[in-house]
Amino acid sequence: MTRKRRRLYIVVAAMTVLGLAAGLVLMSFEDSLVFFHSPSDLVEKPVPEGRTFRLGGLVEEGSFKKSGVEITFRVTDLAESVDVQFRGLVPDLFREGQGVVAEGQMNENGIFVASNVLAKHDENYMPPEVAESLKKAGNWKPKEDKQ
Amino acid sequence: MIGEIGHFGLILALVVAVLQGTLPMIGASKGNVALMRFASSAALVQFLAVSISFIALTIAYVGSDFSIVNVAQNSHSLKPMLYKISGVWGNHEGSLLLWAWILALFGFAVAAFGRNLPDGLKARVLSVQGMIGIGFLLFILFTSNPFERIDPAPFDGRGLNPLLQDPGLAFHPPFLYLGYVGLSITFSFAIAALIEGKVDPAWARWVRPWTLAAWGFLTLGIALGSWWAYYELGWGGWWFWDPVENASFMPWLVSTALLHSAIVVEKRDALKNWTILLAIIAFSLSLLGTFLVRSGVLNSVHAFASDPARGVFILGFLVLVIGGSLILYAVRAPTMKGGGLFAPISREGALILNNLLLSTAAATVLLGTLYPLFLDALSGAKVSVGPPYFNATFLPLIIPLIIALAFGPFLAWKRADLKGVFSRLKLAIVSVCVIVGVSWWVTDDGPILAFVGMGLFAWLVTAVFVELADRIKLFRTSLRQSLKRFLNLPRSAYGMSIAHLGVAMVILGVTASEAWQSERLDVMQPGETVVVGGYDFQFEGAERLEGPNYGILRGSFNVKRNGSLVADLRPEQRVYESPPMETTEAAIWPMLSADLYVVIGEEDGKGGYATRIYHKPFISWIWIGAIVMFIGGGFSLSDRRFRIGAASARKKQTQKTAEAAGA
Repeated sequence: MTRKRRRLYIVVAAMTVLGLAAGLVLMSFEDSLVFFHSPSDLVEKPVPEGRTFRLGGLVEEGSFKKSGVEITFRVTDLAESVDVQFRGLVPDLFREGQGVVAEGQMNENGIFVASNVLAKHDENYMPPEVAESLKKAGNWKPKEDKQ
Repeated sequence: MIGEIGHFGLILALVVAVLQGTLPMIGASKGNVALMRFASSAALVQFLAVSISFIALTIAYVGSDFSIVNVAQNSHSLKPMLYKISGVWGNHEGSLLLWAWILALFGFAVAAFGRNLPDGLKARVLSVQGMIGIGFLLFILFTSNPFERIDPAPFDGRGLNPLLQDPGLAFHPPFLYLGYVGLSITFSFAIAALIEGKVDPAWARWVRPWTLAAWGFLTLGIALGSWWAYYELGWGGWWFWDPVENASFMPWLVSTALLHSAIVVEKRDALKNWTILLAIIAFSLSLLGTFLVRSGVLNSVHAFASDPARGVFILGFLVLVIGGSLILYAVRAPTMKGGGLFAPISREGALILNNLLLSTAAATVLLGTLYPLFLDALSGAKVSVGPPYFNATFLPLIIPLIIALAFGPFLAWKRADLKGVFSRLKLAIVSVCVIVGVSWWVTDDGPILAFVGMGLFAWLVTAVFVELADRIKLFRTSLRQSLKRFLNLPRSAYGMSIAHLGVAMVILGVTASEAWQSERLDVMQPGETVVVGGYDFQFEGAERLEGPNYGILRGSFNVKRNGSLVADLRPEQRVYESPPMETTEAAIWPMLSADLYVVIGEEDGKGGYATRIYHKPFISWIWIGAIVMFIGGGFSLSDRRFRIGAASARKKQTQKTAEAAGA
C-alpha cells in the first residue's frame, strides 16, 4: 500500500460519494423546488393542478369565513385575487388586510388548497415576497419596516 | 451614562484587538518572547473590555433604560426579568455583542488554560483570535452599535416578540454561539499551524478538546432551538429544514467530521491537511450562519439592499476570512507531509468514510440553503427549497453513515479484518430483525423508511454494546475482571459509546415520531371526547383569563387511557398587547413512549372550539438523544490524555521553542 495508491482510493471514494450526492441533488431539485407566485402571476400564467407552490399576498378584507376547522379566504395583491381553502386552526396573527403566505396546490375548481399557512413573526412583518409582489402590482404602501 | 461606558468598552476592546492581532504575530515570526507573551495579557484585557460593554448593555436592559434605541425597540418595562436579560441577545446588535464577548472569553480561556502551549503557537493562535475580534468589533461599532441613543427617550419600550419570551429560546442563542465561537479557536489553531507549517499529534491534542466543546454546545444549542420550535410554535414540528436551522446544522455536520478526523491526526499522524481544511470550513460556516441569520438575507436578498453598509461589511468580512484562509491553505498545505500509511479497510478508512459522508451532506444542505438566494439574485425568481429536497439528498447520505458507524469502532488502525467484524456483529443483525419484526407487528403499517430507521436504531445500539462488551472481555473472563476493565476504560471510550448511543436515540425519536404520529383536527364541544393514539381526550371547556402582560384563552382536557387518568392538559392561546400579537401555547404531556400534544384555537360561535391533538411516539428521544450526545462529548473532553498527554508534550515543545527562539 503506497501513498499514491492510498490517495487513489480516497479520491475514488470521494468521487463516488460526490457523484452520488450530485445525482441525488439533481433528481430531487426537479420536483422539490417550490416557486412563489402572486395572484397576478397566476392569472398571467396559471400553474397546473397538483403542482405545489407558494401563494402570497394580503388576506382580502371581508373574505375570511370559518366553519369548524374549514377556513376559506381570498389572497389578493390588490389587482387580482385567488380563493384559498385551508383545513386547520387559524394561524397566529392571521388577519384580514395582513400579509400571508400559503403553501399548497390548485384544485380542479381553481381554488388554492393550502396544506400550510405559514406562521408569521410579528404584526409588522410582511413576507418579503409579498412586499415585492405588491410592489409589482403597483399597490405597495410602505409600512414601518421591522425585521 | 451606562451606554457611554459600554460604548467605550467596545472601543477599548477594538484597540486591544488590533494590538493582539498584530504584535504577537510579529513576535512569533521574529522569535521575540516578550511580544509573544503579550498575547495572553491582551486576551485578558480584551475580555475585560468586552465584558464591561456586555454588562453595561445588560444593566441598561435590566433597568429599562429606554434612552438607548436598542433597549427601547426590544424591551418593555413590564417584561419578566429573565426576558429582560435574554432580550440583550434577542436582537441583531445585542447578539453580535454576545458573539464578541464569547470570542473574547474563549481567547482568554486559551491564554489561561493553554499554559502548556508552546509560546509561538499560543501567540499565533491568540493573534488570529484578535483578528477575528477586530472584524466583529468593527462591525458592531460601525454598523450595529447597541448603545445608540434616542432623544427624547420613549415612555416605554416596544417589547420583545412574545414568541421569543421563552426559556428555551432565552438559552438557545448563547449555546449556539458557544458552539460557533468555539470553532473559532479550532480555526485559529489551524491558521497558526499553517503559518508554522507544522501539524503533529500534539497539535491535534490541543485542538480536539476545543472542537469537542464547540461541538457539544452546538449540539445542545440546536436541540434547544428545535425543542422550542416544537412546543412554542404549536404545529408540532421540530425541524423544518428552514434556512435558519440549516445555518446552524451545517457547522454541526462539519464539526462532527472534524471531531473524527482530529482523532486520526492524533493517533496516526495522518489526514492533517484535511483536518486543517475542515477546521477552516467549520468556522466559515459558523460565520456564514451568524451573518445569514442575523442580516435577514435568508428571507430575501433585498435585505442586503435595505442596509447596504451591513451587507457590504458582511460580504467583505466573509470574503476576507474564508478567502484569506483558503489561500493560505493552498500555499502552505502542500508542504505538510502526511504520516502513517493504512489500508482502505481500517479505522482510518472508516473515519475517512465518515468524513466524506458528513461533509457531502453538509454540502448538499449548503446548496439547498443558498440556492434560492442565487436564483433570486440571478433571475429574480422566488423559490423555496423545502423538506422534500433535504429528505431526498440528506437521508441517502446519512443512512450509509449510520451503517458504517457500527463498524468503525471495531476496526483496527492501519489494517483491519472486515470478516471478523462481521462475525462479531451477528448479534446486531439478529436484533435488527427482531426490532423490525416487532415494529411491523405492533404498528401493522408504515413507510419503508420507518422500518429502515428502526433497523438502524437496533443496529447501532447493539453494535455499541457489543463493542463495549468486546473491550471489557465480557463473558470471556470473570465478571469481576470485566467490571474492572470497564472501570479502567479511558473516558474517551465511554464518551464515544455514549455519543453513539445518543445518535441511535435521535434516530429512534425521529423515525417513530415521523412515521407513526397520529393527529386529529376537530371542533369540540365541552364534554366531547376524541380518541387519538389510544388515549381518550375529553374536552372539559375553556375559560378566559388575564396573564401578566397578555390575555389568555385556556382550554382544559382530561386525558385517560383504559379509564385511568393520565394527564390534565391546558393548552392556551395568548394575546399580547405590546407588541400586539397572538401566540399558541400547546399543552404537552411528555412520556418516554410518546408525547401527547394539544392545541386550542378560536371559538366557532356555537360554543365549540377548534382543537388539534397529536400523539407523537418516542419524540422526546430526539432531545434526550441530543443531551446524551452532549454528555458523551463531555466524557471525551475529560479524558486524561488531554491533560497528561499535553503536559508530556510540553517538555519537547518548550525545547523546540527554545531552539526556535535561539535560531
